[in-house]
Amino acid sequence: MTSVRRSLQSFAIQLLAVAVGLVLSGLVLAAIGVSPYDGISSLLRGAFGSEFALTQTALKAIPLALTGLAVAVCLRMRLWNIGAEGQFHSGAIGATWAALTFSTHSAFVLLPLMVGAAMVAGAVWALIAAIPRALWGVNEIITTLLLNYVAILLVAYLVTGPWRSSESFNFPVTDIFSSAALLPRLGGSLLHVGVFFPLVAAAVLLVLLHRSKWGFEVRMIGASPEAARVAGISTARNIIVIMLVAGALAGVAGMVEVSMSFGRLRQGISPGYGYMAILIAALAGASLLGTLAVAFLFAGFVVGGFALQALGVPQSFVLLVQGLILFCALAGSTLTGARLTPWIPGRFRGRRRLETLQKEEPSIP
Amino acid sequence: MNAEQPLVALRGIVKEFPGVRANDGVDFELEAGEIHALLGENGAGKTTLMNVLSGLLRPDAGTIEILGDDSPVRSPRAAIDRGIGMVHQHFRLVDRFTVAENVTLGWHTPKAILRPGPLEREIARLSETYGMPVQADRPVWHLSVGEQQRVEILKNLYRGARVLILDEPTAVLTPQESLGLFESLRRMAEEGRGVVFISHKLDEVMAVADRITVLRRGRNVATVAKAKTTQGELARMMIGQDLPQAAAPGEREAGAPVLRLEAVEAADDRGLPALGGIELEVRAGEILGLAGVAGNGQLALAEVVVGLRSLSGGRVLFEGQDVSRWSIPRRIAAGIGYCPENRLRQGVAPALSIAENLIAKSYRSAPVAGRFFLNRRGARRAAEELAKRFDIRGADLDAPVASLSGGNVQKVVLAREISADPRLLIAAQPTRGLDVGAAEATRRLLIEQRNAGRAVLVISEDLDELVRISDRVAVMYEGRIMGTFSAHEVDEEEIGLLMAGRAA
Repeated sequence: MTSVRRSLQSFAIQLLAVAVGLVLSGLVLAAIGVSPYDGISSLLRGAFGSEFALTQTALKAIPLALTGLAVAVCLRMRLWNIGAEGQFHSGAIGATWAALTFSTHSAFVLLPLMVGAAMVAGAVWALIAAIPRALWGVNEIITTLLLNYVAILLVAYLVTGPWRSSESFNFPVTDIFSSAALLPRLGGSLLHVGVFFPLVAAAVLLVLLHRSKWGFEVRMIGASPEAARVAGISTARNIIVIMLVAGALAGVAGMVEVSMSFGRLRQGISPGYGYMAILIAALAGASLLGTLAVAFLFAGFVVGGFALQALGVPQSFVLLVQGLILFCALAGSTLTGARLTPWIPGRFRGRRRLETLQKEEPSIP
Repeated sequence: MNAEQPLVALRGIVKEFPGVRANDGVDFELEAGEIHALLGENGAGKTTLMNVLSGLLRPDAGTIEILGDDSPVRSPRAAIDRGIGMVHQHFRLVDRFTVAENVTLGWHTPKAILRPGPLEREIARLSETYGMPVQADRPVWHLSVGEQQRVEILKNLYRGARVLILDEPTAVLTPQESLGLFESLRRMAEEGRGVVFISHKLDEVMAVADRITVLRRGRNVATVAKAKTTQGELARMMIGQDLPQAAAPGEREAGAPVLRLEAVEAADDRGLPALGGIELEVRAGEILGLAGVAGNGQLALAEVVVGLRSLSGGRVLFEGQDVSRWSIPRRIAAGIGYCPENRLRQGVAPALSIAENLIAKSYRSAPVAGRFFLNRRGARRAAEELAKRFDIRGADLDAPVASLSGGNVQKVVLAREISADPRLLIAAQPTRGLDVGAAEATRRLLIEQRNAGRAVLVISEDLDELVRISDRVAVMYEGRIMGTFSAHEVDEEEIGLLMAGRAA
């Protein structure tokens, strides 16, 4: 009984927190002469209010969910993967290499090659930080973060140098991919098969985590690094494996973006998906299904922001509004210790994982 | 002040924690000039009651009367101001500060500059008066555990405590140090102070107390004068039944050496020497008890054998093979089992289920797992079997281990280790924090392992326990083995001296 009451209570606090965020955003909008009601409602309608809006949100959710999973799986082992952004860019490079090299092949050959190359490239990028972490305890927060800049600059080098298209009037972009390098669309809609990638990834990971020997080791290390060590579970090996998995996930996100959003590699392919991913995974308490749900909401925010801009709100204020609502949601979840995912059935949730992560001091040796 | 009036009177104290009523209407009176023992098993509510008196916890019901004043005690500070001082099991000292600084910390904080002179003289005077030698100008981390305890006591005396509460003070002392402490406490009582002595050890209660209050499951059982009771009666009151039949190993011929340490050296976490040339042998079919005051390298010794700590010299031989550089999993596979001292941190993952913790070592192979996936049914059956065989009670196997009592957590660890069929079993502080029944069950399990021909190494600070269950007892002091004795020719006095680093 008390647990039901407690979860109702925390849900109420959540709602209240989001409401406070909306009110504050309304005040901001009013201050620049936009009706708060019009502003907020166009934000919500722009995100979820029509088939087109939902499609756009779903498409935006793909890279967010995949990079979010890349952060969440690492959190399960008390590792902070700040490098999803870099792994995303590395994956984009890998996919582009496959698309340019095997451009004459059919989609059946080319697409798996691109996905595979993206996964390998993302995983390698993560591995660069994973090895020093596993062997010498070098802080992964710093190494993964710094590698982001390297990956972004590597993209800049490739598109301004070796991979620059000869037909681009000197713009720093690669050749446009062949049509075989585009993911198939679903029916006549704008949706493409990429929307299944995060769903499949989360399902596979859930099964592995809860049913496989490897998943048992990961959960044991996440629950108590010291007890795992005494039980003879190798933390070093598992750090490397989980980082490889994370890198591959983020890499696939990079592949989806170069294939479907741009059709080529260029600079600025990410508005910071890998950083939003950290927020998403944290809000979801490192729960995998929670990460999917929060990524979708987050994508709605981003897409709805465009609708707000169409209303004449400057982009900086759109960011401000988004930030305010997020801030309040985070505050709410901190106050209640709950997640933004009250509708996820108990057994699949990240069961207080984040709190455990933050409060128990021992980290992986 | 009325001469009849008690120093402290607690009436009807109730204190509830989520899921447990630690104190359920407890009464307790302390008179000036007496040493009053508070006796009970772990979890009987002794410490909770005294935390209420010292202002750390607020009672849910009941009154606290200190020298006739029954206004509530709102904080530890308020308790100190009213003359209540408590020495906790885990000391509250700042390692890097000197003794004098610790004594004054939070009390008379100096305006700008600490003038150590007068303070140190006052500390010297107090330590002289009560026979508790300490050097006031030394940093606390230089001191032995026994000395640190004296600092805690002096701190309270300096603050004018009329009531001194000691929570299991002898756990960290050698037998001789304990006797010294009892003498000091006696002197304080003679001056008209009141001393509360929390313990679950019958013999020391009989040695030091004037009156004894027994608690069981948060309630008073009785308050008796020492002169009018016996150890047997106290034991019955404490556990509600007769003492369980003490496990005794019986005669047995030890077999071939299983574990040999040769000139083993290792450093502790701070890089200071923890082991200085250890020579030790444990044979099949014997229990070797490792005695010593906490922090003399026993833990490092266990960690070196298990593979948690690396050697800086010497070698570890297991069944004749040099395992000094083997990984932990390899040593486990070879047959080294380990029940760590800190069960909730190293023994189990408290947030995972009982079933998952039970298979935390057997998950690699059949019947618990296949090549890549766990066999859910096999894992379940293995866990159920262990829970039954080792009598793990109150167990929904899917409940987190954290929901179990200390005794049952220990059973989970022992079940896992013993079921792996080790050639060598190391148990560090296996009965610490367990109630009498669970402790006895644990000892019996260890003796069973010995009788099954396994080599067993038991580390304990409870000398009586070691002497009772071991075939041989080795004494450790400052990272060295001071001597090894066969259990039937043990002289506890001599062992006590060795524990304090003095040659016998």
